[in-house]
Amino acid sequence: LSARGEGYPRRMKTSQKTDDRDTGANLTSPVMAAFKVFQQELDTKHDKHERLVKLSRDITIESKRTIFLLHRVTSVPDVEEVLTEADLKLDGVRLNIRMIAEELRGEDLHQFHRAFTPGIQEYVEAVSFHHFIRHRTLISLEEINTKLVFVKEPEDTPEGQQPMGTPQVLTFQVTPTDYLLGVADLTGELMRMCISSVGNGDMDTPFQVSMFLRQIHDGFSYIGNTGPYEVSKKLHTLRQSLSKVEDACYTLKVRGSEIPKHMLADVFSSRTAMMDQDEGMA
Amino acid sequence: MRCMDIRKVVQVLEQTAREILTLLQSVHQPSGFKEIPSKCQKARELFCTVRTHLGELKTKFPVDQYYRFHEHWRFVLQRLAFLAAFVVYLESESLVTREEVAQILGIEVVREKGFHLDVEDYLAGVLIMASELSRLAVNSVTAGDYSRPLRISNFINELDSGFRLLNLKNDPLRKRYDGLKYDVKKIEEVVYDLSIRGLSKELEAGGDK
Repeated sequence: LSARGEGYPRRMKTSQKTDDRDTGANLTSPVMAAFKVFQQELDTKHDKHERLVKLSRDITIESKRTIFLLHRVTSVPDVEEVLTEADLKLDGVRLNIRMIAEELRGEDLHQFHRAFTPGIQEYVEAVSFHHFIRHRTLISLEEINTKLVFVKEPEDTPEGQQPMGTPQVLTFQVTPTDYLLGVADLTGELMRMCISSVGNGDMDTPFQVSMFLRQIHDGFSYIGNTGPYEVSKKLHTLRQSLSKVEDACYTLKVRGSEIPKHMLADVFSSRTAMMDQDEGMA
Repeated sequence: MRCMDIRKVVQVLEQTAREILTLLQSVHQPSGFKEIPSKCQKARELFCTVRTHLGELKTKFPVDQYYRFHEHWRFVLQRLAFLAAFVVYLESESLVTREEVAQILGIEVVREKGFHLDVEDYLAGVLIMASELSRLAVNSVTAGDYSRPLRISNFINELDSGFRLLNLKNDPLRKRYDGLKYDVKKIEEVVYDLSIRGLSKELEAGGDK
């Protein structure tokens, strides 16, 4: 019995190996032929997925840089210059989105959605931040989408020939959920902008931001738990940002009349430092 | 609202899938081996109901948003693919094609044509069948059918080589596939037990012809 116990697994292995060689060589069997087809189909799908993930990463990086750039508006005299530069950067991002749209031509947007959703959210955040700084309003989903309509010029036609057909139109549609998540992230940026604008002695922006944030917060509360799970998760952070901004406005109102303007910034920065500490404890 | 509609139909589909499974489970009983053809026949009749419900499901959302709601029916579609594959195996001892599964379920193979069977869902269904077959190998020995395990063994081995052609990512399908080797091993054990006791001689003679 013990001899059998020892020989047993070894025998198993060899028998399996010969089987493998037998079937492995037989690539003409219907099963193997079918799996060859599946292999191709899966590889194509995975490749596309990887390309989309890479594009999404590029979009995320460039959008983050744009947001950093936009944060400079609180400390430079020429706001318009910064905005123009940011616009140029966003044009670059849109080129990447155009490549996503090209990858998705004829595909189901939702099948690959997970691959590029982080990038798109970051883009929504950057674009809406840019829009807020310029117009002090919230950019709508439609406005974002209209900027994502790309006209593809017909391929270079040889000289002497007429351009063939009409230019192809390629569109990318941001999903409502991506829009909501991007806007939720925007509130964090607005909070930072609010705090830093006080540091620069700007007494109007904080109040505008707090009004705007309150409206966004009300909007999200209206959706509440009926929306997608990720959206309700962001509601908590949104509330934190809002209370920071509201506290800031409170401080400005109460102490603004007591403390000379040039010292307000100091009072303020020490206060936000304390708040950050509290957060770290929680 | 739309999600609720989809969920309702999916629940009915799950119920029918369970009925088909219960029906097919009886092939594991000693008495069930003789009745395989009639069981398959009954199962095929139940697939008519499946087709009706899947037809209903199609009307619950826009065609081009299949993947938006995919997760809702993914599980049940894999079960149904398994059941269809199992029926076809019992009938003809061959691997069901994706086209056949789609036909049995009354759906499409290609995305462009409408509600379709995703290749990963089809493959997941085939893998569920593999573990059902390893169970069948054991029970067919108990029922006195010594040749079936060998045929199952050949079939599963071929399936295993097929799956080895695929470059799977670290996804649910890969996890399922990792379980296939245990099914292969179990069947090998059954075949070993049979051959060491000379119980498969009958079959070898049959295999030569």
